[in-house]
Amino acid sequence: MHIHFLDPYRPRNSPIHALDGRVKFVLTVAFILAASLTPVAAWPVYILLCALIFSVEILSGLGVGYVLKRALLALPFVLAAFPVIFTNGETVLFSFPIGPWMLTAHAEGLARFISVALKSWLSVQAAIIMASSTPFPELLQAMRAVGIPRLLVSIFGLMWRYTFVLVDEALRLMRARAARSGRSGEAGHRTAIPAGYHPRRGHREGVNVLWRARVTGGMAGNLFLRAFERSDRIYVAMLARGYDGEVRLLPLPPMTGATWGALLAGLALLGLLLSFGILFWG
Amino acid sequence: MYAPVQPMHIPDGFLSTLVSVVFWVISAISVAYALRRVGKDLGERQVPLMGVLAAAIFAGQMLNFSVTGGTSGHLLGAALATILLGPWAAVIVLTSVVSIQALIFQDGGLLALGANLFNMAIVGVTVSYFVYTSIQKLARGKSWGVFIGGAVAAWLSIVIASLAAALELALSGTSPANISVPAMGGIHMLIGIGEGLITIGALAFLYAARRDLLRTGEAAPKGGAAVWTFGLGIALVLAVLSPLASAHPDGLLWVARQEGFLNAARAPLYHVIQNYTFPGISNAKLATIAAGILGTLLVFGTALGVAYWRRKKA
Repeated sequence: MHIHFLDPYRPRNSPIHALDGRVKFVLTVAFILAASLTPVAAWPVYILLCALIFSVEILSGLGVGYVLKRALLALPFVLAAFPVIFTNGETVLFSFPIGPWMLTAHAEGLARFISVALKSWLSVQAAIIMASSTPFPELLQAMRAVGIPRLLVSIFGLMWRYTFVLVDEALRLMRARAARSGRSGEAGHRTAIPAGYHPRRGHREGVNVLWRARVTGGMAGNLFLRAFERSDRIYVAMLARGYDGEVRLLPLPPMTGATWGALLAGLALLGLLLSFGILFWG
Repeated sequence: MYAPVQPMHIPDGFLSTLVSVVFWVISAISVAYALRRVGKDLGERQVPLMGVLAAAIFAGQMLNFSVTGGTSGHLLGAALATILLGPWAAVIVLTSVVSIQALIFQDGGLLALGANLFNMAIVGVTVSYFVYTSIQKLARGKSWGVFIGGAVAAWLSIVIASLAAALELALSGTSPANISVPAMGGIHMLIGIGEGLITIGALAFLYAARRDLLRTGEAAPKGGAAVWTFGLGIALVLAVLSPLASAHPDGLLWVARQEGFLNAARAPLYHVIQNYTFPGISNAKLATIAAGILGTLLVFGTALGVAYWRRKKA
């Protein structure tokens, strides 16, 4: 398989990597569902879920740090839930004036906000572990196994294959633009130009936002056209190899007893944690 | 250098389980239907064409340009895909892009994927299709129809999709509607401008290089009228519902509490038509809705009437 900076798969020799992709797929979705269903402010359950996900991270050999660093990506969205602190609940925590308004924080709102942030943080970690420990072809198998139409799965597979090709193409387009339009206004470009350098008269350099948007649009159109023509060539190549529109895939490998065991044990554990949360805090 | 994180991709944890599941069901049915339609139109070409173009939209989202002070604009591609491929194929292409972003890059959640698919692949595409074909009809094959239509479709599809996301958050009780709607809508009104400009640039390039590609997108596919109507409906519902919801901080619960809603004497936050009261409707909010619907219908009725009249004359 093509090794590319985009591919999140990190090969390790770990039981998590060795686990069947279908089991990981189902358990990841089940974990996210369990986190989603856990009642607000069921703190012990959140701690247990957190312990569970950390143990899997350590077991997978990826390390907690690696996963947490990638999980930061989803963090900014937490801002969307922030106002809930001030609009939800009765128990007043504190209030302070902002201009003409009085902002009042409520305990219930705060609990809700922290729960949402935790749910999101735990879920994104589970998804990262799955993507980092499962090669893409295994994820495709898992999608087939849970009943996603095979046509869609084949489109996903082909898309993944050509994502690398077209991302490289996009990066080449951007490199060419950077080489041609000196100070395009991008961070890093300004410093790359030596002091005292004066571009030739009439040398267009990142003129204004409209110009830059138009150039970028041209690049997008160009990329689209190249992809369109490439898809034609791929189709012809597929025809030459006997493609007749029928998507033929290898049969899924059988589920062994141990695989079933791992799946059921995982589901049972999550079910236990969830019922614990709903029983005591629901 | 990972794919840019976009504010419209809702991560897991922000939507209530019920909302997530309902949108999963809606999206699954729509995508399955689109898949059948595309299969009929394209046959055996479907897999290579859809796969490679989905990869192209994904890669195209990396192309960015600096706007000001470290912020940059980039393409989302719903409108461009709709214009070039038609609505059904665009739904499949965007479904692939959004799903892979969630599955591999954690850009958007897995449980929230149903809602994200609904916002970007279904709302984004149908709204684009409705706007683009409407303006196209008005322009009667003149080239400005392609560019203005593309730009407006790009802008509106982003804004309406973001309103859908804001309402989903409000429905889940995660973010009060009076904050999430103006915030999401406001941010995406700006992001949409970048999208519109890039879409014009892309269309200008394709118009010069391969005009035939723009022609194929123009041809109304079977069932286009249904998509058009759905796009109009979605645009109407979200444009009317979100200001209303945002006038009621406790989300869309007003539906359940119609009495309190009707008694509320507060003036609506947004006037679709300023100081307009509908004859026979004493309630200010109801009058606003009626005026909003009537206004939208009037504008598009006029547009269609003009298009029809011009076609007859030609």
